[in-house]
Amino acid sequence: MKYIYDLHKTMLERNLILVYEGEFTQEITKSVLAMAERNMDSMGEESNIKRKVFNVMVECLQNIVKHGEELIVQKEQKPSAIFMIGKQGGAYIITSGNPIKNEEVDKLRSKLEQINGLDRDGLKQLYKDIIKNTDLSEKGGAGLGFVDMARKSGQKLEFDFHPVDEKYSFFSLKTTIVKE
Amino acid sequence: MQILNLEGTEDTPKIILDKGNGIFEISGRSLPEDSAEFYQPVLDWLDEYKEDKNSSTEFVFKLEYFNTASSKLILDVLSNLEDIEGTTVVWYYHEDDEDMQEAGEEFSELVEIPFEFKTY
Repeated sequence: MKYIYDLHKTMLERNLILVYEGEFTQEITKSVLAMAERNMDSMGEESNIKRKVFNVMVECLQNIVKHGEELIVQKEQKPSAIFMIGKQGGAYIITSGNPIKNEEVDKLRSKLEQINGLDRDGLKQLYKDIIKNTDLSEKGGAGLGFVDMARKSGQKLEFDFHPVDEKYSFFSLKTTIVKE
Repeated sequence: MQILNLEGTEDTPKIILDKGNGIFEISGRSLPEDSAEFYQPVLDWLDEYKEDKNSSTEFVFKLEYFNTASSKLILDVLSNLEDIEGTTVVWYYHEDDEDMQEAGEEFSELVEIPFEFKTY
C-alpha cells in the first residue's frame, strides 16, 4: 500500500492540483475543466490568469481526445493518457502525456520547434496563416492548438518524446503560465 | 424567416438569430466536440438570410472563451457575413481580457467588415 503514500507525497512535492489518468473524452474534458475552475476560484485566482489556464487546458485536453479517437479507430492501442495541473511559485504548469505513433514523432517535433522559434509577432502571423489557409482536419482540429497554447502562455512549449516500443512513443508536453 | 435560438451550455455558446427583431448574437463559451457540426445551422441560416436581408445587420459576438476549432468556424461565419451588405460586427470583450480583444482585432483584419469594439 506504500504506493498510495508515495503518490500522495509526489503530488504534494510537485504542488499538483489535479491529476487525471485514463481515457479522454469531451465529457471528461468538461469535468476536468470544471474541477480546475472551481479550484482556481476557491484560491481566488485573478480572472485573466484563470482564462489563460482554461484556454491552455482546453487545447491540451481536446488534442488528446482527438488523437485518442484516431488510435481507437485503428484499434491498435487503448488510448490512455495523463493530464496534470500544478502550481509552482506563482506559475501554473499544465502538463500532458499521451502515446503517439513513432512515424508521427518527427512531424510533431518540427511543428513544436517551429512554434518555439517564433516570437509574439511570428506566432500571430502563423496563427493567421493557418486559420486563413487550412481546412479543419477529419478529426475536427484546426491545426492551431499548439500555436494558441504558445501565444496564450507567452512561454516556450516544453516537450519530450520517450520511445515506448517499435510502434509508439510517449509524447510529453508542458506549458507554463506565469503571473505577470 | 425562422428564428434560430440555441441555449448556451457549458461547452457551446448561446445563439440567437432573429431577423424580425434584428437580433444576431453569439455569446458565451464555445468549445464543442465537433465545431463544424455545431456551427453548420448558423452558416445555413446566414445563407438563407443573405437572400432576404434587413437593410442593416448588427452581428454581436460576446464570447467569454472559444477554442481553436471554433475560431476556424467563427471565421467561416464572418466570411458569410462579408457577403451580406450593411453588416457591422460588434465584438464584445471583458475589460481585462486582452486576449479576447486581440482575437477580435485579428478577425477584423481577416475579413472586410466594419468592427466595433465594446467592453463589458
